[in-house]
Amino acid sequence: MRFGKVAMTFFVCLGLLAGVGTFTFGYGKGASYLSNNPETCINCHVMQDHMDSWQQSSHHHVAVCNDCHLPHDFVGKWVTKADNGFFHSLAFTMGGYKDPIQIKPRNQRVTQSTCISCHKDFVHPLLPATAGHDMLSCVHCHADVGHAGR
Amino acid sequence: MTTSDNRSRSLGWLALLTGTVAATTFGVVAILVNIFERKQEARTPFVRVVEVDEVSTDPKPWGLNFPQQYEDYLKTVDDEYTDYGGNHALPPSKLEEYPWLKRLFAGYAFSIEYREARGHAHMLADQEVTRRVTEVQQAGACLHCHASIIPTYRRIGMEELGQEVTAAKLAESFNQEAVMAGFKAVSQRTYEEVHAELEKTPDGVVEAAAGDPHLGNAHPVSCIDCHDPKTMALRVTRPGFLIGIDKLAKSDDPVPHLPSIAKWRKAGSKGTYDPNTDATRQELRSFVCGQCHVEYYCANKMTLTFPWSHGLKVEDLEAEWDSTTFPSEEADETGEPFYDYVHKETGTKVYKAQHPEFELWSQGIHARAGVSCADCHMPYEKVGATKVSSHWVRSPMANINKACQTCHKVSEQEIKDRVDLIQHRTSDLIDRAAAAVTEMFDAIIAAREAGASDEQLKPIRDLQRKAMWRLDFIASENSKGFHASQESARILAESIDYSRQAIAGCYQLESEPAAEPAESDAS
Repeated sequence: MRFGKVAMTFFVCLGLLAGVGTFTFGYGKGASYLSNNPETCINCHVMQDHMDSWQQSSHHHVAVCNDCHLPHDFVGKWVTKADNGFFHSLAFTMGGYKDPIQIKPRNQRVTQSTCISCHKDFVHPLLPATAGHDMLSCVHCHADVGHAGR
Repeated sequence: MTTSDNRSRSLGWLALLTGTVAATTFGVVAILVNIFERKQEARTPFVRVVEVDEVSTDPKPWGLNFPQQYEDYLKTVDDEYTDYGGNHALPPSKLEEYPWLKRLFAGYAFSIEYREARGHAHMLADQEVTRRVTEVQQAGACLHCHASIIPTYRRIGMEELGQEVTAAKLAESFNQEAVMAGFKAVSQRTYEEVHAELEKTPDGVVEAAAGDPHLGNAHPVSCIDCHDPKTMALRVTRPGFLIGIDKLAKSDDPVPHLPSIAKWRKAGSKGTYDPNTDATRQELRSFVCGQCHVEYYCANKMTLTFPWSHGLKVEDLEAEWDSTTFPSEEADETGEPFYDYVHKETGTKVYKAQHPEFELWSQGIHARAGVSCADCHMPYEKVGATKVSSHWVRSPMANINKACQTCHKVSEQEIKDRVDLIQHRTSDLIDRAAAAVTEMFDAIIAAREAGASDEQLKPIRDLQRKAMWRLDFIASENSKGFHASQESARILAESIDYSRQAIAGCYQLESEPAAEPAESDAS
């Protein structure tokens, strides 16, 4: 099999792209994003305060970031991870996000669902009669359980 | 299909693929570099490239060491304007906006010119040109706050104390004894004399030949006024505050928002309460502002005074002025009772309140919750991955996200609405109190014309002084009630009450037999 010079050059460039891409993936700790490790979240320094305040919190020995910030079902978890992964990267790359950071309504619903997921046996008298109906937000009063002193 | 067709088609594909690979490579490299930049941000180097010392009143060299803080500090030349206070390119005249102020300050320099405030960077230049200074002889004490004056106090103090003064000696240490001596020495000199002294002190940049300490520049408040040049720690430098806060510590005002004072009292109130050794860092984040944003006496009859010996409430300050007499020329006499100015329309000796932000904040919910001035007016900001307190000192309303939303997790609009509500209510009450005060002036003028005697007018004049003091206390304070909303309403309510009591007193005089016509206007 013979390739022309042009094609050879093209494949060399393709190889370069693959190399730079692989390096960037490694340098940006790409694989860590598939894990459950809280250290992943402070790949971006903007999350350092959230890490620090989580370590001070009452939940730090029972829940990591993903336990509260990702849904507890397989599909929901990976869709939310992809969604936040993209938008967090975009915000951190482009800048111009709120400081202090503010949670989006969608992610607020996620944290609420994860509170319920663990504590439903205890709080079931407080839950709405029909799913998805109006209910109180747990963190409105229990603001310090995940991030103390914030 | 000819070979040339095939050829051009495959060339087309090749071009497209090349373009795609190029674009993807471009994107990947851009992300790589961005990740690299973000990682660099997270390393927060601090490099001290020049030395600063106790005479470095020029902020420029500090700016080389702390570029971010310096950049923010320079922004105070152009703060935007808020509904109440804030900043402006050409500050509007308060006298034109609120004509009753002219009557309130009749016979006092504030009736000549009184404008909205501007940012810190303007404070010295604005003071130099205001007609209050150019048309009326003012005291050098004003420069206690409008200039970076501590090295000048130190130099004059060292000369007074007979210490050897060289540029090197002056830069060596804070030398509180000399600073105090210099402060007392210049307190009663004229504004122009003290301003000339300022320009004779090295500023850390202008170098005099042979180390003579008599050459320099005047600067507005700068880094050295709140920071120790060796350690960068916050510190209080102003003699007026050091004396005032010690008086407060020795009073029995509970001051629950200043825990270190309670601690000092518990330990037996020994010696002097010194904020630079006793106060917490969080307290210092308010104390450095309280060096100037306070009520004080600052004319030439006595040393600059913060009236805190009874406490920080409006009536505590008033009680101190009520019991103060000016130093007498004769050693065996008591001097005349304290007053700020004689109110021209009515002849009553009254007090002038000067922007008592520290005192009003002390009565408010934020102070009680341990929130300092800097928490809202200099909130932390992220620059890269570095957290610095913003040195762009300004209204929190220009910066709601950082100033308020760290604690208040509601929308910016809701926060703005809450603040507006407080400020509009206070503003309405100020208007009401101003109407009452001006009607009181008219009633007193009419009573004097009808022949009321000084003796008959004395209780009315006392009410007038109380009413004016309270109105001015809230009107001259720069938060339009926000620093302590209920306290502001209480003070204005008292003002209105005293005004109305005085008016009622004037009406009662009318129904009494006329006394001897008044000659003098002693109150």
